[in-house]
Amino acid sequence: MGMSTDSASKTILLVDDDADFLAQLQLQLQAAGFQVIAAESQQEAEELLAETRPDLAVVDLMMEHVDGGFSLCYHIKQRDPQIPVILVTGVTAETGLEFDVATDDERAWIKADAWLSKPVRFEQLQREMERLLKG
Amino acid sequence: MERLEILVVDDEPGMRLGVERALRTFSVHLPEVNGEIEFATAQAASGEEALERISAAPPDILLLDHKLPGVSGLDVLDQLAARPIDTLTIMITAYASLETAITATKRGAFDFLAKPFTPEELKGAVRKAAKHLVLQRQARKLAEEKRQIRFEFISVLAHELKNPLAAIEGYLRIMKEGSAGNDPAVQAKMVDRSLVRIEGMRKLILDLLDLTRIESGQKRRELARVDVCEVAQSVTEGLRAEAQQRGIAVELHATKPVAMAADRGELEIVLSNLISNAIKYNRDDGRVDVYVGAEDGQVTISVADTGIGMTQEEAAHLFQEFVRIKNSRTRSILGSGLGLSIVRRIAQLYGGHASVRSEPDVGSTFTVTLQRDQQTQPLTDDAAAARAAPHAARVEA
Repeated sequence: MGMSTDSASKTILLVDDDADFLAQLQLQLQAAGFQVIAAESQQEAEELLAETRPDLAVVDLMMEHVDGGFSLCYHIKQRDPQIPVILVTGVTAETGLEFDVATDDERAWIKADAWLSKPVRFEQLQREMERLLKG
Repeated sequence: MERLEILVVDDEPGMRLGVERALRTFSVHLPEVNGEIEFATAQAASGEEALERISAAPPDILLLDHKLPGVSGLDVLDQLAARPIDTLTIMITAYASLETAITATKRGAFDFLAKPFTPEELKGAVRKAAKHLVLQRQARKLAEEKRQIRFEFISVLAHELKNPLAAIEGYLRIMKEGSAGNDPAVQAKMVDRSLVRIEGMRKLILDLLDLTRIESGQKRRELARVDVCEVAQSVTEGLRAEAQQRGIAVELHATKPVAMAADRGELEIVLSNLISNAIKYNRDDGRVDVYVGAEDGQVTISVADTGIGMTQEEAAHLFQEFVRIKNSRTRSILGSGLGLSIVRRIAQLYGGHASVRSEPDVGSTFTVTLQRDQQTQPLTDDAAAARAAPHAARVEA
């Protein structure tokens, strides 16, 4: 899989309210040897965070509440600034219905370590994870 | 009260003043839009001045003298035609010349008034123009609103179809690339989820077809004497297996037959949407109670569940298209977001309405009323627009 990091010992927190997107990433990450804890809402994620310290988090920006991803990202960093967070955003071009983060200013303010747009290519996610887990 | 701007263009000051006086206290009542229209008059002494004023702020109605020194009335008319404004022109012709009137009308004038005219003739022409203008603007506004609603609907629809496609595509890619390993149990899970999403898309498309047929009035309605209780019975039986899987009891409370003139297919759509929602959004081992009753020429269908319920705020938008309540408890429940919107439209076809009473964690009761002997006219867009018109006018006024 080209993962040079010792992935077997790494726990990934996965948060997305789309059950299929969540399942797909979970299955692939598990096949790549990661431990995965998955949450379908911000609340579930906060509950998991109280028990476990993940080595990295992949968070969907758009959940039940428009700012669910933001505040979750903020809480993760508040708990431990060392946990890398990858934020995933929906692609908006086709319908213009979803909120997206457009400017660098906004991105800087949110303090995520990496951004990916849906649909997420697994190799791309792996590359970002590898980079952040090494650092 | 609406105010229309009139610009009087004449080189004779006496003429301009006369027109202004005649219209000062004049108002037009338009029962069509339930509104009163007043007029504000401004003056221009030449074609040049008129064009300047029109450029600055186009009037609603232009009273334009045909014979002007310099830029003529017809020149002004030509320049107006090239601009994207909806000013109506009443051409004032110096002589009772039919030819001038015809030329002016061909070049875009709405009406003409022959000198000399009485204040009553002037008011008559202004009344006609004002009515035309107000109705035209209103029709345009309604058309624009309709277009906007249509556009939003299609945007959301595209989104709702794109989501399951993306999910199915995701599973297929993972299987093709083998990126989730080769465990048969995992493969089977991915196939199952794909099939579930395909089923969701199918339901959405079928609901969409129902909605389109009902909306366009194209659905061939077969009105016959139908016993609502018997329809409720058969729909209930059809959904019983689904309910039993989750230990939910479904009971029909109908003491005697309730006959009405109806399209059986439409009644089935209403009942199956309500009952299947009551099952889907219920708790395990809950209850669904279906009531069918009639009094005073009105049939009432009620479906009560012991489900998750909703807040008043959530209930307020529930009958709109693609409104689905999103929270941790509804997340895994599949739905097109069109079912209740279809129920409401069918209720309207029968001169009735659909409503909901709900309490979080206790349950919801959906009630649909239908007129027993309703107008058999389907609610076409025209009929809907005609009904919407007085309302729109009130809002504007």
